[in-house]
Amino acid sequence: MALLEVDNLSIAFGGVKAVQGVSFSVDAGVVYSVIGPNGAGKTTLFNLITGVYTPSEGEIRLDGQSIAGTPPHALALRGMARTFQNLQICMNMTALENVMVGAHLQLDRNLVKAMLRFPGLARRDAQLRDEARELMRFVGLEAYWTLGANSMPYGALKRLEIARALAAKPRILFLDEPAAGLNSKETAEIDELVQKVARSGITVVLVEHDMKMVMNISDRILVLDYGKKLAEGTALEVRENPDVIAAYLGSTV
Amino acid sequence: MNSLRRHKPLLILAGVLLLLPLVLPNNFYYDIAIRMAINAIIALGLNLLIGFAGQISLGHAGFIGIGAYASAILPTHFNWHPIPAMLAGAVLASVLAAIVAKPIFRLKGHYLAMATLGLGFIIAIVIKNEANYTGGPDGMPVPALGIGSFSINGEKQWYWALAVLLLFSFWASRNLIDSPFGRALRALHGSEVASQVMGVDVVRYKVAIFILSAFFASLMGSVMAHYVGFVTPNIADFFHSIELVTMVVIGGMASIYGSLIGAVLLTALPQALSTFEGWETVVFGCILMFCMIFMPRGLVPTLAARFGGRGGEGD
Repeated sequence: MALLEVDNLSIAFGGVKAVQGVSFSVDAGVVYSVIGPNGAGKTTLFNLITGVYTPSEGEIRLDGQSIAGTPPHALALRGMARTFQNLQICMNMTALENVMVGAHLQLDRNLVKAMLRFPGLARRDAQLRDEARELMRFVGLEAYWTLGANSMPYGALKRLEIARALAAKPRILFLDEPAAGLNSKETAEIDELVQKVARSGITVVLVEHDMKMVMNISDRILVLDYGKKLAEGTALEVRENPDVIAAYLGSTV
Repeated sequence: MNSLRRHKPLLILAGVLLLLPLVLPNNFYYDIAIRMAINAIIALGLNLLIGFAGQISLGHAGFIGIGAYASAILPTHFNWHPIPAMLAGAVLASVLAAIVAKPIFRLKGHYLAMATLGLGFIIAIVIKNEANYTGGPDGMPVPALGIGSFSINGEKQWYWALAVLLLFSFWASRNLIDSPFGRALRALHGSEVASQVMGVDVVRYKVAIFILSAFFASLMGSVMAHYVGFVTPNIADFFHSIELVTMVVIGGMASIYGSLIGAVLLTALPQALSTFEGWETVVFGCILMFCMIFMPRGLVPTLAARFGGRGGEGD
């Protein structure tokens, strides 16, 4: 059974059908990419699956259980994590604290214990600080851990989002354009990082415009255009699909 | 983080509170110090809500009023002991906060400001109108706070009682913001959608911190009522709410030290400005205006940034 199954998924905003009847499934342990021209509905698809939007139609199943309409915080509990195309970093916190928030669900969130600083809670927090530091090293941000998030450069914030998502110890990770706005060197580094994440056993679903990166690391690729599924398959299959070529390069057909 | 460094701010505050009586010449100054401490504790709680969680309350004086009048009415009319009366007030304030917050926090934007504004007005009106129990606009006396034969009397005893309460509130606030709960609060302020995706049930956290700040506001209302020995409806009115928000904003939002500084300044300023005879409100307003124009983030965060310290945050 596939880890994630999406069946006939649709959402309309007023008259605009942003995603229409999209179906696909993602097996555990793969890197699955979603590509398509701007406005094709890729981020909307992510927002639907991760609970930010509620679908107007269709079904989403995680481990065979329906999750359509489940709020994001409940999905996090089931092993889902994501990053955002337009950065959603908490600028009022330090880089390290941002990563620590990622581990929210693994911690004791009791208010009274927090105010009285119970020894167990303090110990776990100290431990978490080390783990978060380790994660920042993993994504290549060791230079920033004492800094406020608001004093970090853009490229570093993109990685910080990944570190924060990894802190949740997800089974399935959605990366929404992790390389957007980065130069070629930084993109290559993100490419390497995504592969490292995938090798650690986390299923990765990726939205990305950098075709070199997508073709390089994806096990399967879904192509969206105008909210509809245009093609699906391996990198090779997708690259040679005439519809895909037409959508990307324009066609006289 | 070693424990001495962690507790340094707490030790400094304890030192200040311990040494302050040496320079307080008479009961008038003790009185000001006590009022500063009461305001500081309320501002700390309010800052958790406004500064850290990013939610505004314009009716917090209503909760203070509930505590103050619970401590006045229950012992006077119903022969309650002051301690359970105080707790009953705090529970009532929490329940009201929960009733208001649950539906409001499902909405976004400034609905909370409007709802709390309305709640504050309603509480103030009820207090003014239920004259049989509250004495109406004239107010009513409050019995002394005590257990058995011991009761807190005189400025000096009150000073020490509030010094202990302030130290505890300061310690607990710092603990809270540097905990999983506190980080979740700050995260939902920083990015609501990101915190949701990380598993933070945003509505629950907003409701929880609102209830917590209402609970402590009510407790401090009771303390204030017992200290002064008399309550009037002014304690619950809109201007008092605004005064408290001003303390938080002038001192610095999301700054624990800011709450202390803001409370101290705004309690002291009206006294210091009394030499202006009739113009003090104007001067007071101008000072606040200049503060906001030149230090929009508040005193402590602005000065901390200028002098390179990190005083703005919890550690």
